[in-house]
Amino acid sequence: MLAVEKNALSEEIESYVNKYGNDRSSLLMILHEIQKKHRHISEFAQQEVARLLNIHPVEVYSVISFFAFLNSNPKGRNLVRICQTISCDMKGKKQVVEAIERELGIKIGGTTKDNKFTVEYANCLGLCDMGPAMAINDRVYTNLTPEKAVELLAKVK
Amino acid sequence: MEAIIFNPKEKRRSGPVIFSEYKRGDAIRKILTMSREDILFELKDSKLKGRGGAGFPTSTKWMLTAAAKSDKKFIVCNADEGEPGTFKDRVLLSEYPELVFDGMVIGGYTIGAQQGILYLRGEYEYLLKPLEDYLEEMRKDNLLGNNILGKEGFNFDIYIVLGSGAYVCGEETALIESLEGHRGEPRNRPPYPINTGYLGKPTCVNNVETLCAVTHIVMKGGSWFAKFGTDKSTGSKLFSVSGDCEKPGVYELPWGTKVSELLELVGAKNTKAVQIGGASGICIPKSQFDRTIAYEDIPTGGSIIIFNESRDMLHVLKNFMEFFVEESCGQCTPCRIGNYKLLEGVEMIERGEYTFSYINKLKDLGRTMQVTSKCGLGQSSPNPFISILENFRDEIFNRPNGGRNGR
Repeated sequence: MLAVEKNALSEEIESYVNKYGNDRSSLLMILHEIQKKHRHISEFAQQEVARLLNIHPVEVYSVISFFAFLNSNPKGRNLVRICQTISCDMKGKKQVVEAIERELGIKIGGTTKDNKFTVEYANCLGLCDMGPAMAINDRVYTNLTPEKAVELLAKVK
Repeated sequence: MEAIIFNPKEKRRSGPVIFSEYKRGDAIRKILTMSREDILFELKDSKLKGRGGAGFPTSTKWMLTAAAKSDKKFIVCNADEGEPGTFKDRVLLSEYPELVFDGMVIGGYTIGAQQGILYLRGEYEYLLKPLEDYLEEMRKDNLLGNNILGKEGFNFDIYIVLGSGAYVCGEETALIESLEGHRGEPRNRPPYPINTGYLGKPTCVNNVETLCAVTHIVMKGGSWFAKFGTDKSTGSKLFSVSGDCEKPGVYELPWGTKVSELLELVGAKNTKAVQIGGASGICIPKSQFDRTIAYEDIPTGGSIIIFNESRDMLHVLKNFMEFFVEESCGQCTPCRIGNYKLLEGVEMIERGEYTFSYINKLKDLGRTMQVTSKCGLGQSSPNPFISILENFRDEIFNRPNGGRNGR
């Protein structure tokens, strides 16, 4: 990481700390902002958060490792999450997943070579009445068919 | 195809209680003429119980928090619905935010809290911005902020915290832990949040639907609310219906509705089984469809998943156990290891490599988990294992070739 990038990231994290307060109870929202922008929370970012909140970096890491939506290793530029819970499962989740796997040439849990997509399972997205459902980044799509799901991915930049 | 629209303007739903008429701010205007005791009496009359699933009497929770002495108190709205098959909070927050937020303001007034926190599950991130805008509108109308509607000293505001995809954070002490910036691991109880909650201050954690009910109770009275439902289960319940039926969605029905009536209403045909209460609930077969959904018989947080004759119940059970293995926080041994063992048992049955004596041991393990796990997750996760293996044993243990992959 270049020194300029480090500085920029530090400044960014400082702005989040200013927004949410330098108290430990702001941690989750701060991590959320970093995750949203960078798709992961790097070691350096964790250290910066820890420094600004005056806690040990391992405390920050322990929170990141606990939550499914926070991660310290980089993922693809776009995160695709397919609901695997029973209602979506019954409505044809498997076919949707297989179509996506074939189309992108990766298995679930993997990242495409061009780093464009990471595809994962998610537990209940709360869209059980409109399954199968998936989320691409923070947008959700419902009543999928294998074809529709692949079309949606094709539209992603 | 992008399905979820934040649209509180157009009301298309109707129901006896929650989905009945209400205009933003009306209940807040009304409480200004009431004392805290009046509100608590109305709540007590209503016999409202917490809608998250545990069913603790709301009036008791509020009274205890109101009685706790502290310079600071909090009211938290638990919108971390993660139970498989539940989506009522999504509907309430995207279509009826006024009920939720007004309920929080009422709570703040009653228990003496100045700060409300909405804990929104990470999966509903798309609701964050519109809800924050909505709160801003409320501030402009002086329904939030200092001296609300001109009432001297009535200060209350709400902010939103986004969860990050952990089912266990629906448990109130785990939720509080994560609010404080820790791993979302449940605490030992007691002490209860009502006196030692967020930041060690008295904290009242209520489900989204509970707060919506409170808003209506304030407007129309506790005895009006108690007219609906049954003796011990007053009012109505929102049911999130999914699975094999023609009309999945959210339904508001009075407590005491029979399972068969619900099935008819949603257009379910050839139904073999109904999972009531989500993955941690129980699965009932056809022979029990005349049972009623109420605290007296089958209590539930509202998740209804319908399975028709074509469904493989062992596959259903496996899906549930995989869910619990992933979502167990790993803090206590019965839940961390127990769920894993139960899942292994399901896989053994699937492969046809089981003995009945071992399966019976696993059922015992399940019962041990129910009493020894630290929080509701591990206490309820063996429910589907026990109820599905019990109620569908003919189907499951007479699988062709001993297992699905038959060798």
